[in-house]
Formats: sequence, structure tokens, C-alpha cells
Amino acid sequence: MMAMKQTLGILFQLCQSLLVVALAPLLTGWVNQCRAWLQNRSGAGLLQPYRTLRKLFHKDAVLAYNASPLFRTTPYILFGCMWLAAAIIPIIAIDLPFSPAADVIALVGVFALARVFISLAAMDIGTAFGSLGARREMLVSFLAEPALLMVFFTSSLISHSTQLPHIVETFTHHEFVLYPSLAFAGLAFVIVLLAENARIPVDNPSTHLELTMIHEAMILEYSARHLALVEWASSLKLLAYISIGIALFVPYGIAEVDNWHALPLAITALLVKLALAGAGLAVLETFLAKMRIFRAPEFLGTAFLLAVLGLLIHFLLGA
Amino acid sequence: MSIPFTTQTINLLASILLLIAFAMLSQRRILSLINLFAWQGLVLSVSTFVVAYSTAQRHLYYSAALTLLLKVLVLPWLLHRLIRKLNVKWDVETLINIPATMLVGIALVIFAFNLAAPISQLSESITRGLIGIALASVLLSLLMMITRRKAISQVVAFLSLENGLFFAATSATQGMPLVVELGIALDVLVATFIFGIFFFQIRETFDSLDITHMEKLKDD
Repeated sequence: MMAMKQTLGILFQLCQSLLVVALAPLLTGWVNQCRAWLQNRSGAGLLQPYRTLRKLFHKDAVLAYNASPLFRTTPYILFGCMWLAAAIIPIIAIDLPFSPAADVIALVGVFALARVFISLAAMDIGTAFGSLGARREMLVSFLAEPALLMVFFTSSLISHSTQLPHIVETFTHHEFVLYPSLAFAGLAFVIVLLAENARIPVDNPSTHLELTMIHEAMILEYSARHLALVEWASSLKLLAYISIGIALFVPYGIAEVDNWHALPLAITALLVKLALAGAGLAVLETFLAKMRIFRAPEFLGTAFLLAVLGLLIHFLLGA
Repeated sequence: MSIPFTTQTINLLASILLLIAFAMLSQRRILSLINLFAWQGLVLSVSTFVVAYSTAQRHLYYSAALTLLLKVLVLPWLLHRLIRKLNVKWDVETLINIPATMLVGIALVIFAFNLAAPISQLSESITRGLIGIALASVLLSLLMMITRRKAISQVVAFLSLENGLFFAATSATQGMPLVVELGIALDVLVATFIFGIFFFQIRETFDSLDITHMEKLKDD
């Protein structure tokens, strides 16, 4: 029985890991398509990210003469980090074998690791844009990270655990309770998600206008398969963040590991939630305007404030 | 985990009240400030209504209706009319460093929660956790009055301070006698009228609603 459960767990883990990698570009395509519809454009279609990836993988990579091994290995590290993060988060089932590997704080650490490497790689070539992008990325992320941690702490306090599976289990199995503190944490999380995934209003994912870009400035020197991996990693990161949001705030419908029959329902629920979240993201991006880089600290300060308020309210009201 | 649903709703509304207090603290535009004030009134009215429903007190329904009428409709309308007449509708106020103000605000909230904790222990009512939040929103309004330069924003801060007090009254003591509430409501209304007259006087004398001009008492 024990061995049976273990095999099933590994099967679920494999299933989720492959699913996220396959789904991530589709999510990016869906968000772009929604944005195109909202802006009265016809859009490039849902499968455009896959086509871009295929095109990039077939090209020959061009490297600068002074590129160090760090520059060449960074895309793989980046992709690995994001894949690991997406494998840890309970996306289709709660008790995955990988999950105990890292709690929420380590998860933030995994994201930070990826960020350190991409920033170093951006500065590696020595172009002005690279270091500019890296510095801006550091500015944004050093403000976003404490807010993200505070969001995690709020849900950890409610569920008495920093393990994501345990948090999700608490929220799915308890009777429905209105948590004001979680509502605050949710708002803060949305802001952090926008900032960390280089979306409007902090960064514009579809611009190459040098004065405003952050993420694009960092990956300007990458080409071909390296660029493909970086882009794929960005899609995975978006998927991972949205999945964290789903796991923390609307985990309903997720499967238990020893319940094979709940899997179709879990995947359907996941697809519906991802589609809704992607459409919501597109709406947000259409209604907000890109803000000046020096307004970003204020924006992220709001996220931190909201998360801290959530914590305080949890202590006061116990809810 | 068996808190009744009404208490959960009141807790949620209280949190929204606190959130609005912070939003007002960080708001640069006077017009949005007044809209936020109206929203605060609405949340207050709904929460009073929920308290009235859960404790079955008739007079709280009246005070909820009074709040709705006065703080959501009449006062914002008066303020809107004032800023239109004074032609300061699109004024943007320069504030001292919003993130710093926010951090001070968080410190105030922690202070208020600590201060209210022993008081809440004494109270028996279902909503005793809310005294801290009410106290925090009062302190935040005070902070707003200190940090603002324009007379109108200070008045909005004063009115929102009154909202915080009213919330404390409903949550801690389940409402004041109706006579007292009527009196306060009337006072606030009259105060707003008088403030309006003050605004015109200030502007006529100093050509601006910026009260820093009032610190210079000598002619030069």
C-alpha cells in the first residue's frame, strides 16, 4: 500500500512537472491574446509563443566575444529554477513527493536565485543596457520580496505552517470563513505578481523602448536557444506565480495524491482558474498605465503596507 | 472556527475601513479624497446596519440610515460643491514623502492595536476586536490632519476622524443613544457649512487654500 502510494505520488509529480512546462507558453499566449482583444487587435493566436520558441530553438546562437561561461549557463539555471518552483507548488495535487523539499521561504529563495543569475548575466557582457536593466530589476525585486514574504507569513499564521501543501490543505478542508487578512494579502500578492513578472504598470513586457524596459534590457544580449529558454522561464515564472496565488487564495478543486479519480477535475479546475487569472491580468494591464520607474517604490510600498496590515489584522481579529 | 457570519462580515468591513483610511492618507488629489470619504461613509453605514441586524437593536437601523444619508450623500455633495466653487477640483497636493507617511501609519496602527488590547478584554460584545481598528483609523485621520497643507484635505481628515469615532461607538458600546447621534450628525453638518465659509475667507485673504500662508502673521 505504501509503495503503491509512493508510485502514485511520483506519477502525479511527473504529470504536474510536464504539464506546467507544456502549459506555460500557452498561458502567455492566452494573456497576450486577451490583451489584443481588449485593445481591438486581432492578436497573434494562442499558439504564437510555441511558434516563437520553435523558431528560436532552430536558430544559431550568437555570443559576444567577452561572454563568460556564466552568461552561457544562466538560461539553463533560470529555466531549472522556475521549473523547480513550479514543481514544488501544489498545482494539481496536494501531497506531491517534491513538496517537502522547500517551504514558502525557500520558494522565495529559489526565485531570488534565478534573479541573481539573470542580473549577473546581464552585467556580464558589459553593455550599458544590461547593467541598467539589472539595477532596475534589483530595485524592483528588493521592494517586492519583503511584500511577498509578508503575504506568505499571513497565510502561514492562519494555517500554522510554512509548508505550501499544509497551507492548501487547511484552506480546502476548513469550512468557509471570511479572512479579512487574506483579502489584504491577496491584494498585495497581485501587486507583487505584476512587479515580479515584468508586467504593466511596473514594466512593459512588449516594449523595446530602452528608457522604460527592465526585463527586456537584461536579456537583450541573448539569442536563439538561450533566448528561448529565458522566454520559456519567464512564462514558467508567470505560471508559478499565478499557481501560488491559486494555491493560497482559491485552492478549491485540487486533488489529493492518493485519489486518482480526482485528477481530471483538478486539471479542469486548474485550466479554468488559469484562464480566468490570465484574462484578469490582461484586463489589469489594459486599464493601468505604465508608471515612471521612480513611482515603482511607492507602488510596491503599497503592497508591503497591505501585507503588513493583513498580518496585523490577523493578530487583532484572529481571522 | 465557529465565528458567526455576521461577525465575519463586520470584521471584513472594519478591515476595509482601515484600508480606506490608508488610501486617504496616500491620496494626492482632493477629488479622489472626497470620493474615498464617501466610500468610508458607505462602509460605516453597512457595518452599522450589520451590527443592528446581529444585535437586533432598532435604533441602530436609524443611525445606519442617518450615516448613509449624511456621510455618503449630503457631506460629499457639499464638499464637491465647495471645491467646484473654489475651483480647486483638480488640485494636486504635494505631500511629504508618501512611503514615509505610510510607515508612520503602520507604526500608529501597531500602537493603536496594543493600546486597545486591554480595553477589548473588558468588552463583552461580539465585535470587541474592532476597537483597535477604530482607534487606528482615528489616529490615521489625525496623522492626515498633521501632514496635509490644504485646508480642504484637513477638513476631510476631520470628518473621517469623526467616522472612526462613530465606528468605535458602534463596535464597542453597540451604539450611542439616538439623541446623541442626532446631535453629532447635526454638529458635523453645521461644521461643514462653517468650514465652507472659512475656506472662502481664507482664500480671499491669502489667495490660496494653503494654510502655510497663515503662519506669516506680519505684513511685509
